[in-house]
Amino acid sequence: MRAYLVRRLAALVPTMLLASLIVFVTVRLLPGDVIDMMIAQNDIGSKVTRDALEAALGLDKPMLTQYFNWISAILLHGDFGRSLWQQAPVSDELLARLPVTFELGVMALGVAMLVAIPIGILSAIRQDSWSDYLGRSFSILMLSIPGFWLGTIVMVFPAIWWGVSPEVRYIPFREDPLGNLWQLALPAIILGTSLSAVTMRMTRTMMLEVLRQDYIRTAWAKGQSERGVILRHALRNALIPVVTLIGLQAPILIGGAVIMEQIFVIPGMGLLLLEAVSRRDYPIITGVFLLVGVVVMLINLLVDLSYGLLDPKVRYR
Amino acid sequence: MAEMLLQVRNLTTRFRTEAGWVTAVDDVSFDLAAGETLAIVGESGSGKSVTALSMLRLIPRPPGEITGGSVVFEGRDLCQATDAEMQAIRGNRIAMIFQEPMTSLNPSLTLGVQVGEPLVLHRGANWAAAFAKAGELLGRVRIPDAQARVRAYPHQMSGGQRQRAMIAMALACQPRLIIADEPTTALDVTVQAQILALLKELTRETGAALILITHDLGVVARYADRVAVMYGGRMVETASARDLYKHPLHPYTRGLLASIPRLDAPTGQKLRPIEGQPPDLARMPAGCAFQPRCQVAQPDCTATRPAMTEARPQHWKACFVDAA
Repeated sequence: MRAYLVRRLAALVPTMLLASLIVFVTVRLLPGDVIDMMIAQNDIGSKVTRDALEAALGLDKPMLTQYFNWISAILLHGDFGRSLWQQAPVSDELLARLPVTFELGVMALGVAMLVAIPIGILSAIRQDSWSDYLGRSFSILMLSIPGFWLGTIVMVFPAIWWGVSPEVRYIPFREDPLGNLWQLALPAIILGTSLSAVTMRMTRTMMLEVLRQDYIRTAWAKGQSERGVILRHALRNALIPVVTLIGLQAPILIGGAVIMEQIFVIPGMGLLLLEAVSRRDYPIITGVFLLVGVVVMLINLLVDLSYGLLDPKVRYR
Repeated sequence: MAEMLLQVRNLTTRFRTEAGWVTAVDDVSFDLAAGETLAIVGESGSGKSVTALSMLRLIPRPPGEITGGSVVFEGRDLCQATDAEMQAIRGNRIAMIFQEPMTSLNPSLTLGVQVGEPLVLHRGANWAAAFAKAGELLGRVRIPDAQARVRAYPHQMSGGQRQRAMIAMALACQPRLIIADEPTTALDVTVQAQILALLKELTRETGAALILITHDLGVVARYADRVAVMYGGRMVETASARDLYKHPLHPYTRGLLASIPRLDAPTGQKLRPIEGQPPDLARMPAGCAFQPRCQVAQPDCTATRPAMTEARPQHWKACFVDAA
């Protein structure tokens, strides 16, 4: 188990290096130049030349040199560089924003599972009943409605009709835990329900599949109740592929969080990323991408490890 | 006649299929005394497994449906019992052993949980006690190192061991009736004999009655007291095992016996297969189900369905033709 973990973690390194190269290069290929934006915004064109500004920000060197400087600073000193606009260390920004997005993501995932798994089970055991149709219709509906649309509607219409709108000033968890959770609840529910659609369908399909198995008949034959058959004998076997799916949804979850943060003005990584992209703040963009990459890979590792808990046939060597 | 443990009367089960309603078990009746071993014999699709599942009301519904008859067990009609009453009987008074030990055990639960579970369900045992008892039961079905295997998962065991574990599970609450649905079909020949001997020995010890469902007449001869032969969802002949072998009365039973290789047969004697195909349950012939393949069929046979009649003492057959 430990050997397996070490090997998996070691395998992350080359993947991460490749990802970092791709991220670095694509970000530089974005149309629009940060130098042009700076000069245009600050009207400093007369005092500072383009070349001087470029040199000051270190953008005059060849791209490969820039990459090596950037990656070696991260690997050797944990230094993600500084924002081109504020001169603040990128790592400080990332550390401040990561917990917010993490919290939103965990809450959304919790909502997704709380919605998906019970409805999926109910849909399967009452196959082709009205509750099954209702559950499946709900899942299709949530799959079809984009999160940004629902988020906007939830933001705008209560304000128009009743004059209420969600708090736009972010309440940190440490100041007011309940207020913080309350503030994040709405985006988490919107994000979670749209994620739940696929998970619910997968739960339903797997549950139907498992309920057809011989060992389910054995469970009935020994006098188990419907509840016992489903919870003890079927659910665990049905959840194995569902867990994989949840792992695969991690990038979608993060993408959704970016949008939700923008709509609900939550100062997480998503908001940071959007601001950075609009200002072509390269070190922040690459920093966010790199961190998201690591998180996605770690989630997948976690998913692989969780198989061992669900499926006794899985052994880590 | 003494009070019977089980009386099945006119049991009829049908399934909805694309070809319409198919009657898989058609008007089946039989009795079983306490401690007796009855073999239900028939080829695939003859309705023997569905009969067993119907008795415990384990037919998937839909598409299956028990449309008539009664299954009186210990004086109570199981066809009229509520779901809760059935749950109290299954695994407790009547236990079932299935055909495929590979797939009939839950892959994600330990043997201890699976074997001990009936005790928790029916005896109110706590899990620690159930685990201890499970170890004992696994020892009783001669799984080596039984106390430690309580923590093993099905994939860590061989097919024969899994079937032994299934038997241990069935024995947990000392049922009065064990239904074994082709318990050895999926196993190696050498293991088959061991499992059947074990089953027989344990039922004798506990005084449980046994219904042994099989397509193998060889098994029947050694382990059953009585035999019921099924064909096309109907029962065609019942008799004591000895009587059935000596005086098979139904042409189908005779055909079956003639198609079994025997060590004591004269050399050079050919096996005689039964010509034709088993009936399509969706398109049953009129009259006797076996009539299209029967060598001695008479005009009567296509007109009316023969009822079970006692042709010899304790020997019933559903055939119009008098066996010579």
